[in-house]
Amino acid sequence: MAIFLTKESKVIVQGMTGATGMKHTKLMLGDGTNIVGGVNPRKAGEKVDFDGTEVPVFGSVAEAIEKTGADVSVIFVPPKFAKSAVVEAIDAEIGLAVVITEGIAVHDSAAFWAYAGSKGNKTRIIGPNCPGLITPGQSNAGIIPGDITKPGRIGLVSKSGTLTYQMMYELRDIGFSSAVGIGGDPVIGTTHIDALAAFEADPETDLIVMIGEIGGDAEERAADFIKANVSKPVVGYVAGFTAPEGKTMGHAGAIVSGSSGTAQAKQEALEAAGVKVGKTPSETARLAREILVG
Amino acid sequence: MDLFEYQARDLFAKHGVPVLAGEVIDTPEAAREATQRLGGKSVVKAQVKVGGRGKAGGVKLATSEDDAVEKAGQILGMDIKGHTVHKVMIAETAPEIAEEYYVSYLLDRTNRTFLAMASVAGGMDIEEVAATRPEELAKVPVDANEGVTIEKAREIVAQAKFPADVAEQVAEVMVTLWKTFVAEDALLVEVNPLAKVASGAVIALDGKVSLDENAEFRQPEHEALEDKDAANPLEAAAKAKGLNYVKLDGEVGIIGNGAGLVMSTLDVVAYAGENHNNVKPANFLDIGGGASAEVMANGLEIILGDPDVKSVFVNVFGGITACDEVANGIVQALELLKSKGEDVNKPLVVRLDGNNAELGREILSKANHPLVQRVDTMDGAADKAAELAAK
Repeated sequence: MAIFLTKESKVIVQGMTGATGMKHTKLMLGDGTNIVGGVNPRKAGEKVDFDGTEVPVFGSVAEAIEKTGADVSVIFVPPKFAKSAVVEAIDAEIGLAVVITEGIAVHDSAAFWAYAGSKGNKTRIIGPNCPGLITPGQSNAGIIPGDITKPGRIGLVSKSGTLTYQMMYELRDIGFSSAVGIGGDPVIGTTHIDALAAFEADPETDLIVMIGEIGGDAEERAADFIKANVSKPVVGYVAGFTAPEGKTMGHAGAIVSGSSGTAQAKQEALEAAGVKVGKTPSETARLAREILVG
Repeated sequence: MDLFEYQARDLFAKHGVPVLAGEVIDTPEAAREATQRLGGKSVVKAQVKVGGRGKAGGVKLATSEDDAVEKAGQILGMDIKGHTVHKVMIAETAPEIAEEYYVSYLLDRTNRTFLAMASVAGGMDIEEVAATRPEELAKVPVDANEGVTIEKAREIVAQAKFPADVAEQVAEVMVTLWKTFVAEDALLVEVNPLAKVASGAVIALDGKVSLDENAEFRQPEHEALEDKDAANPLEAAAKAKGLNYVKLDGEVGIIGNGAGLVMSTLDVVAYAGENHNNVKPANFLDIGGGASAEVMANGLEIILGDPDVKSVFVNVFGGITACDEVANGIVQALELLKSKGEDVNKPLVVRLDGNNAELGREILSKANHPLVQRVDTMDGAADKAAELAAK
């Protein structure tokens, strides 16, 4: 069944005709994603050929939904225009908007998040600054390499893209139901908790791997959620034990401020909730493997 | 990016928050004219990005032009909690202070919204107020799209129980401070203290501003606010090349792709270092997904230019970019550096995994570079890099 994305998902790409959009639309199609259109008001009515697959370009998200029944949008629009692209997706009431764009100003993310709330949260937002999500063998909405692993019974949620890939690779022989990269910005749409809840409810997920990093308190809150609501085994990993206070480590949200947001505090909170936390990515994979295959 | 007090003061003034006159100087002698312009009296304030400067002797009253020169001479060069004072602000002396308040706006990550905070218990560390007397600190969520109107500001002021005689003035400050927060793409704007002076007027006496670096595309003036003197020279050089680099205090240079993987690499190297003379990572460097020869060469150049570095760990997971491209990038980068006359003399441990890992490893083996060693697991490679750095 997977979470948030299946082979039934009809996907459009906002920013498809840009260089990044073109590159990843081609890759997503190669992974079997049902891409039904792109959005670019200046190229509306045109068609783009991807190795023999013709993808129509629509003038707006609303038009794309009307003509194709699209229910997922992957957004590759540059930071400057990202807010209006997300607002357009929310206005069109698309079910899922995956915001890949890195470098969006936090006032813009906070604005589109508040806007989604004011419209009744009809659109689930994943990201920004994320690799998107993949349901192996079914659909890929974003930039996660489609050939790392196969369908299986592990659910993965991570703030980091490359650690998502690393973990999928370490456990590639077991396979994944879905892997969701929620992004490393200070304000994101879908959280660890949202993905944990969805994996808990997904009958095809047996174990959840949760990857966090320094900054904020999302992992601590996820730990509370796990304690109260998750019956499936959860294995965790937290990056950034050696990060100095007050320095942003690559991701805009990855910063230890004073004594808050440390990896140590996150690990302790997760362990107190019964989560087995690995010291390294490979140890984390080993813990997951022990639980699933003994 | 955190700003100095004088920069915060300038932004407050620009958006209508009431502040006292002041100017920033960097030599004692300049305090003379600045104090003269203020009528012969001034407050000399150390400009450092750390709290507690008053207690450390970094704020002094000057009663004459000569006195200002002397006080500025005492404060310039002072060390306050590890921060050297390079600049002082010569500020107008505050009229007699009757009361001190606290007001701020900040990003509330937990609730994914903005937050107004206000308290009549200002002038002290607000975290202490929050911890010991939380009832004296009002916290009011602010919707990013609705913002702070005068009505909203009055609501904040009422929740914080400001005295009636200053309530409307403080509400007006809350509106102009919100303008500062939004117009400057700030993550934090804080006034502490916001003082009521003898005349009854309300004035921002000290403040903090932190700006969102992701907003630089629409904030062209913010670049000039960077403290270029304080930046580590390696960090400055990396920034000029568009690299995401943070200098740390260890011996193992780190290059990787993706912020999460690089953070993880630092941790794994630190664990490995426990068995090798406690060596630690020397830096954070994320070269991103592309990892072309040019980017790799730029990264290596920065890291090899760090005299603390004894060995280098290149940790790449091939995702969209295949490992054979990355391996070629490493080989070409080393040649590029050699052709530029750079002295490449530190051992490199390379771990490639993921997409086309076998091809990538083969390229490295064939190149047979005397300084490059291949180790195919992250933990194993971290151990080797730590071992080499400990020699």
